[in-house]
Amino acid sequence: MLSNKSFVRKTRHGKVVKVVREHYLRDDIACGALFCPTCDKSRAKLRDTALNIVVIDTNVALHQMDLLENEVMSDVVVLAVVLEEVKNKNLSIYNRLRTVIDNPLRHFFVFSNENHKDTYIKSLPTETPNDRNDRAIRVASQWYQHHLGAAKVLLLTNDNDNRRKAREDGIVAETVDSYVQTLGKPELLDLVARSDAMDVDVEDLRPNKKAVVYGEHKVMSEITAGLHNGRFHQGKLRVNRYNPFEAYVGSESVGEEILIHGRQDMNRAFDGDVVAVELLPQSSWVGSEVGKIADRDDEEEEEQVGLVPASADDAPREFKLEDGKKAAGRPTGRVVGIIKRNWRQYCGSIEPMKMPGGSGGTVQALFVSADRRIPKIRIQTRQIANLIDKRIMVSVDSWEPTSRYPNGHYVRTIGDIGDRATESDVLLIENDINSRPFSEAVLACLPPLPWSFSEEEHLKNHAHLKREDLRHIRIFSVDPPGCRDIDDALHCTPLPDGRFEVGVHIADVTNFVLPNLPLDVEASQRGTSVYMVERRIDMLPKPLTEDICSLRADVERLAFSCIWIMSSEAEIESVRFTKSVIKSCAALSYAEAQARMDDSRMMDGLTTDLRNMNRLAKIMRLRRIERGALTLASPEVKFEIDTETHDPLDVGMYQVREANMMVEEFMLAANMSVAGKILKEFPSCSLLRRHPEPTPQMFEPLLRTAAAVGVNLDISTSKALADSLDLAVGDDPYFNKLIRILATRCMTQAVYFCSGELSYPEYLHYGLAAPLYTHFTSPIRRYADVVVHRLLSAALGLSSLPEQLRDMPHLTSLSDNLNYRHRNAQMAGRASVELHTVIFFKKRPTDEEARIVKIRSNGFIVFIPKFGIEGPVYLVGKEAKGSSGSSNDGMWEVDDEHQIIRSTDGSRTFKVLNTVRIRIEVVEPQPNRQKLQLTLIM
Amino acid sequence: MTTEYVSPEGLRLDGRRPHEMRHMHAVVGVVPSADGSALFHMGNTKVMAVVYGPHEVSNRTHQLHDRALVRCEYSMATFSTGERRRRGKTDRRSTELSLVIGQTMEAAIMTHLLPRTQIDIYVQVLQADGGTRAACINAASIALADAGIPMRDLVVSCAAGYLNSTPLLDLNYQEDSGGGPDLVVGYFPKLEKLSLLQMDSKVPIETFEKVLELATEGAKAVATFMREKLLENTKTLASARGHLKL
Ligand SMILES: [Zn+2]
Repeated sequence: MLSNKSFVRKTRHGKVVKVVREHYLRDDIACGALFCPTCDKSRAKLRDTALNIVVIDTNVALHQMDLLENEVMSDVVVLAVVLEEVKNKNLSIYNRLRTVIDNPLRHFFVFSNENHKDTYIKSLPTETPNDRNDRAIRVASQWYQHHLGAAKVLLLTNDNDNRRKAREDGIVAETVDSYVQTLGKPELLDLVARSDAMDVDVEDLRPNKKAVVYGEHKVMSEITAGLHNGRFHQGKLRVNRYNPFEAYVGSESVGEEILIHGRQDMNRAFDGDVVAVELLPQSSWVGSEVGKIADRDDEEEEEQVGLVPASADDAPREFKLEDGKKAAGRPTGRVVGIIKRNWRQYCGSIEPMKMPGGSGGTVQALFVSADRRIPKIRIQTRQIANLIDKRIMVSVDSWEPTSRYPNGHYVRTIGDIGDRATESDVLLIENDINSRPFSEAVLACLPPLPWSFSEEEHLKNHAHLKREDLRHIRIFSVDPPGCRDIDDALHCTPLPDGRFEVGVHIADVTNFVLPNLPLDVEASQRGTSVYMVERRIDMLPKPLTEDICSLRADVERLAFSCIWIMSSEAEIESVRFTKSVIKSCAALSYAEAQARMDDSRMMDGLTTDLRNMNRLAKIMRLRRIERGALTLASPEVKFEIDTETHDPLDVGMYQVREANMMVEEFMLAANMSVAGKILKEFPSCSLLRRHPEPTPQMFEPLLRTAAAVGVNLDISTSKALADSLDLAVGDDPYFNKLIRILATRCMTQAVYFCSGELSYPEYLHYGLAAPLYTHFTSPIRRYADVVVHRLLSAALGLSSLPEQLRDMPHLTSLSDNLNYRHRNAQMAGRASVELHTVIFFKKRPTDEEARIVKIRSNGFIVFIPKFGIEGPVYLVGKEAKGSSGSSNDGMWEVDDEHQIIRSTDGSRTFKVLNTVRIRIEVVEPQPNRQKLQLTLIM
Repeated sequence: MTTEYVSPEGLRLDGRRPHEMRHMHAVVGVVPSADGSALFHMGNTKVMAVVYGPHEVSNRTHQLHDRALVRCEYSMATFSTGERRRRGKTDRRSTELSLVIGQTMEAAIMTHLLPRTQIDIYVQVLQADGGTRAACINAASIALADAGIPMRDLVVSCAAGYLNSTPLLDLNYQEDSGGGPDLVVGYFPKLEKLSLLQMDSKVPIETFEKVLELATEGAKAVATFMREKLLENTKTLASARGHLKL
């Protein structure tokens, strides 16, 4: 059967055209019931044993996902019309719903009602699309009743009107709340999202705050009109990670970011929401005073002690207006409407509260998210005693203008507050990291174990791979101590004419991870391995990472090799790439490799190779620096962890040896060589990595600090910057390193991209001063490298390129995901270090030397080199801050230009980059809120 | 997120399954003044083909002494797409299509039996919803048969593509715009031979093989449909003339 759907659509040129699309109606669509006598049962899922076959409407799917994810809900029919609406309204809910549907244990069935000849309906002339879809849901429910028997089928809808109409049609319909009550599990009621109709406004725990009222959101039609006539501006709201009362909306129509100051003007928008903003009159724009404005909200937030930022992405945002703009101030606005919500589930805990007498009753509690950008969320629970000392997850349901806090509901418990494993899980969840064990389907893709190299299989049967036998070459690896996932190995053979053959051999991961199989799909979603202090979350299953692919010593392993002929002056004369089989002769640690090179008595072949390589690497490094590559410094902290308790025993800076730099240099060279090769073969679909040149504004904080201590930095090019950094030497040896650390944090991170999306000059990797760069050398732990291996293999004609990799939009969305995963992995790693830093100092208050990196009105920010942490030191009491301006209270005055803070009596002076002694200790200002505190030792 | 051209339930956007063709519809002899004509629908793609000939070669200098001259002109009605825009007969796409359709038809016609004659084929797209190339060839094929021009075999055509890692038969416009490969075959069903194979993008060989196989299967189904239509038409004609003895 056929029905033509016609509708009008606007073309890109603004013309309105009538579109006619064919719509086929079928008689072969099954109902999905295992007990149905008539339909095809090959994909059936609904069981006879189920009490009810439940049909859900769109709003139930959109708002009750936490309930639907609970296993108590089963034998559910999801209509195609519902899925389609959910997909259009909220992609993340759609994905969650699809996950539940895909799980065979859950018995959710998708009924393609829109293509079934008996359940497809045309919309009536007077009907809105919503009404039409509601009717389609009722028609399908009715069809199910006739088909499976009226007693069995139940329509779940919280919409009163829809429920009434359904009942008129003889359909059994219930609200979610009353349905869950019949299940006899009261704790499930915590999972039910509260709709406005059910919302009996229970007393706010802070009655004095009841007066707070937000502005009404404009209706969509008004927003659209306002955006059209330029009164409103649309953009994604980003809340300042370091000050949740400040947010920015990047607006194309204004041309720069609009500042939103305070919860009142943020008007119930969450981080990531797409909002409509109205600019405030220019007289109320925030001027150059930003740094000093006290929060209009009463919840005082303060800077926390944490790891030193590794790049601009980690550093607090600061705004200094260019001189010309000072009078005008920054465009400042307020949110008038929310175009698209970005609500997700949040990790956190219940705000400490007085426990109500008795138990089992419903209480209101405030949930505090671990993500500081998220406001407190009010939830109702019947199990407060169980939750009070737990880390829990919460969903947001609504935020009414009359309510100071958004309403939400409890989703699940993660574990006890303060428990190391729980806190670690929180970090993983907050950074959207999948730490679940690999599924059966993924593990099924692994080769049978134990795996070993078979000459027949790899050299003879797969002759097209032209795998070279390099087992006779003296290949070795150099890695951090205890490294089990060794993805790179090296060799360096002197040639009779004084030149060298140098090889970088990378684990041939794509030999085992085949495109589009579950293993590959999982790895592409994970994107990277995540290194937490006490554990590693692998991108690939352990048998691959630690055994089959790991280039361990004395075993034959498959590799993808990049081999250069180099002059004795480290000039690359030629490069070739080949799949290979190698047998590493030694897996060295950096320290071992260094010790061999340093020990003049050792003259064996391996040590000679190391020394040759090291010499070449030094020349290459020097040449790279001459070209303008920056030698930046980002201190990395290393913990020594108790193997049983997983508690940190010692902490210190990661020691970088020559051997580290040697390996790094050859990895850089291999990545650059590969980037050139794949781009030549696939100009529009190569996966490359670029590091954008920082804008002059980004260098602003560095230049100010440098100027204050009399150092002049030239930021015109990376070469100029590198040279002037070299010249920045102060009174002590650490001075230069400190300046470099400050320079590093001015830059954003490098990112992956699809070569077809940008043009040549934009490919630049600024930090490495390399016109082209990619990632090839770590395919065991980074998916980008897996993609690059496939590109290189196809470029060499060894295999065909999987079709998705030819597809620019696909490659772009892939690189977006890799950037997101990479970023999250780094943030989780940093947060893990911070968590362990707190655990470490809890038992060991420590005095340590620190350097002042920034002067504030009430103190300064210090950096503690030994532990790589940074945080505020207050010279005046916290209560003084923000009241009248502590710099004016007669005790301390600030010289902003020279970055000096001195006491008014002149007895004490602190200048930026000065050394001070600091006490590091853990305090607990509120129960369950431990944090590091730094105090000046006078 | 990339568009879901095939739902996990196995249905395409218009409700077909991956291996299903759209509804076909054909009317033979729609233009009585022509020697042969046909209307051919593949879903919402609607094409008319008109054949004149064999007749004397209009321009003597083009006459071929050993075979017939086959000329083909492709055009698109201005109302054929949603966006009504005047398209000349001379734009690049039209020229290319005229050539492709002409060559495909010429390969089917036994031109050596008609030396020093000319056959004119006009195809016009009345409504375009993907797969116009295939529909044009099918319409022209029926019109040639209607004109009684001797053919080696009925030439039929069908397109197939590849989206969401699934081979799809007979793409409509929406699917055609999905950026995947679009493969068209011309096929001689009795001879079991391909006469045309066009594809505009690179795909791995394994994918190509799957899509080609599907397009060929589609072409076979088109052939069955067209033969039925032609047979029906012969019967109607015969009964109209009163000669049919069953
Ligand atoms: Zn049935």
